[in-house]
Amino acid sequence: MNNQMPSTNDRPTLISVSDLTLAFGSRVIQHDVSFEVKRGSIFAVMGGSGCGKSTLLKSMIGLLRPRQGTYMVGKDNYWSGDDQSRIQIGRRFGVLFQSGALWSSMTVGENVALPMQMFTSLTPPVIRQLVELKLGLVGMLHAIDQYPSELSGGMRKRAGLARAISLDPDILFFDEPSAGLDPITSARLDDLILNLRDGLGATIIIVSHELSSLFHIADDGIFLDAGQKTAVAHGSPTWLRDHCTDPLVHAFMHREQLDTSSPHENG
Amino acid sequence: MNTSVNGAPQWQLQPEANRTLVTLSGNWIAQEGRIPEFPDSALKEIRQGEPVEFSTDQLGRWDTSLISFLWKLKRSALEAHVDLRMDTLPESAHKLLDLLPENPPQPQPPAPHHFAPVAAVGQLTLDTLNEIGCVSEMGTAAARGGFAALVGRGMMRTVDLMTDLSAAGPAALLIVGVVNFLVGAILAFVGSVELHKFAADIYVASLVAIAMVREMSAVMTAIIMAGRTGGAYAARISTMQGNEEIDALQVFGIPVSSYLILPSVLALAFTMPLLYLYGCLIGMFGGFCVSYIMLHVSPLGYFHETLQALPLDQFTFGFIKSFVFGTFIGLTSCRIGLKAGRSAADVGIAATKAVVVGIVGVIALDAVFAVIANVIGI
Ligand SMILES: Nc1ncnc2c1ncn2[C@@H]1O[C@H](COP(=O)(O)OP(=O)(O)OP(=O)(O)O)[C@@H](O)[C@H]1O
Ligand SMILES: [Mg+2]
Repeated sequence: MNNQMPSTNDRPTLISVSDLTLAFGSRVIQHDVSFEVKRGSIFAVMGGSGCGKSTLLKSMIGLLRPRQGTYMVGKDNYWSGDDQSRIQIGRRFGVLFQSGALWSSMTVGENVALPMQMFTSLTPPVIRQLVELKLGLVGMLHAIDQYPSELSGGMRKRAGLARAISLDPDILFFDEPSAGLDPITSARLDDLILNLRDGLGATIIIVSHELSSLFHIADDGIFLDAGQKTAVAHGSPTWLRDHCTDPLVHAFMHREQLDTSSPHENG
Repeated sequence: MNTSVNGAPQWQLQPEANRTLVTLSGNWIAQEGRIPEFPDSALKEIRQGEPVEFSTDQLGRWDTSLISFLWKLKRSALEAHVDLRMDTLPESAHKLLDLLPENPPQPQPPAPHHFAPVAAVGQLTLDTLNEIGCVSEMGTAAARGGFAALVGRGMMRTVDLMTDLSAAGPAALLIVGVVNFLVGAILAFVGSVELHKFAADIYVASLVAIAMVREMSAVMTAIIMAGRTGGAYAARISTMQGNEEIDALQVFGIPVSSYLILPSVLALAFTMPLLYLYGCLIGMFGGFCVSYIMLHVSPLGYFHETLQALPLDQFTFGFIKSFVFGTFIGLTSCRIGLKAGRSAADVGIAATKAVVVGIVGVIALDAVFAVIANVIGI
């Protein structure tokens, strides 16, 4: 079966995950997941709803200790170090949560400013200017003084994105950045993501269902299956669409209905 | 669909020459009444290899209740290895049925409940000890954050401290005042009944003063704050948990102990002694009002007697007590909020638990203080 894209990329590996097993209590969500992310690439995590994409992301940003396996960021083994070393590595991360996860007691502007106040010695006027820049990039400058509860779902997403890039991290994790956005904003977001990669040299790991945007931006990826509870295919979304023979991946990539006799059921 | 049909939903299984016909008739509308159920055994009679077909000429309007019936039928057919001719159904019903899985997941049987009192008590003890450890660890982390804040390298925002201080302090003045006033007045009432018999009315003043300063003000204020502020802290933090806000803090490496917990605990630990002092004064004033109106004690006499009865170390003791109560309520309610689940119900549970633990804990701590006071002879 053809489910592994031949490597064409000679950039150095930045993140390498091997044999990762993720579980909540006794319930295994995914097992033996392995993949590598090249520096400066946009890596897509794909799969049906509830298959464990957010869970994988959670363990990559340090919120869920995997049951087994190793997770290397550069030369550091993320989960074998102590809290302090994890925080050190985490300084390189920027995360957009699926729900935005803005701090509700602060305005949008303060949300973006807080990490800078905490971890840099910038003066307030400079911070203000940077906050305006980040919010401008995601088209949220008009909402700088609003509270998260006053925003729509899509606006919260965009504000969360601005906060994720507040410390100019070199590794970005986005959980469904374009869900809930209109097509134009979504296309703008794609451009922003490409610019973050090209301009800042960021490496981006993105969970998304938005096929059109994935085909456009992602250059590598992994496909998780809820039935087999593991990764069933590796490759860029375009490659998976054109070459992958796994019936589930094929159906996903072509927006087809799966043959009901297939063993893959998201029960 | 036959719109001229009226009547209750009905079905019938008819064996024919070389097939079995299922006739569906009537209106299958869930809201209009009982929908027949398809019995498990109905397909047992059917001869192997013969198809089951549907006749829907008599079928009126239908909604998902028909689909639910057919789904059950389809699963029975699958089990009995009967060939069901789905294409004899209306097209739209056929399509809806195709969306449904053939074998829905079996509900998990609930875990058997073992009655093991010894194990349960042991588990409870371990959990409690573990909790005490966690709360102390959190307290130490917060204290370290506090020192860092003192030397100007803290992660606490002054705004947050100010917000918490004003919520715990000025905003609580009214209720703390009312409660302590009434407690003072009640003490005066109760005392006056006995003291009047001995013509010792003036000693009502010392009774109220000692009781308020030594016990009542500190405990009453702490109970009010446990209900008011402790519950609020637990609810706030567990809501943040549900919104992934705590996750976001962790990802940025912002320590929850000094960013979130320190201002809350500091606010309570600072305001509680002040509220205690305020409660003492208001309580004594309450006692005075009753004495003045009922026993006609002179204001000057009451004031003099109060001063006589109160050595300063009583205040010091009460001060220390309220500081400890405040810290305790702050730490436990934050811990309960952090440990809570992520659903809306969990927020309610956390708030309730924080109040209960706060009140019980304050009274238990007060008992410990009483023993200590006895030992050192205050
Ligand atoms: N805190 C939790 N405790 C227990 N189980 C969980 C928890 N969070 C998620 N799960 C389970 O883990 C599985 C994967 O969830 P996850 O959120 O990772 O899915 P997902 O792939 O991100 O789906 P979606 O595309 O819908 O966001 C689900 O079956 C879910 O029920
Ligand atoms: Mg998800």
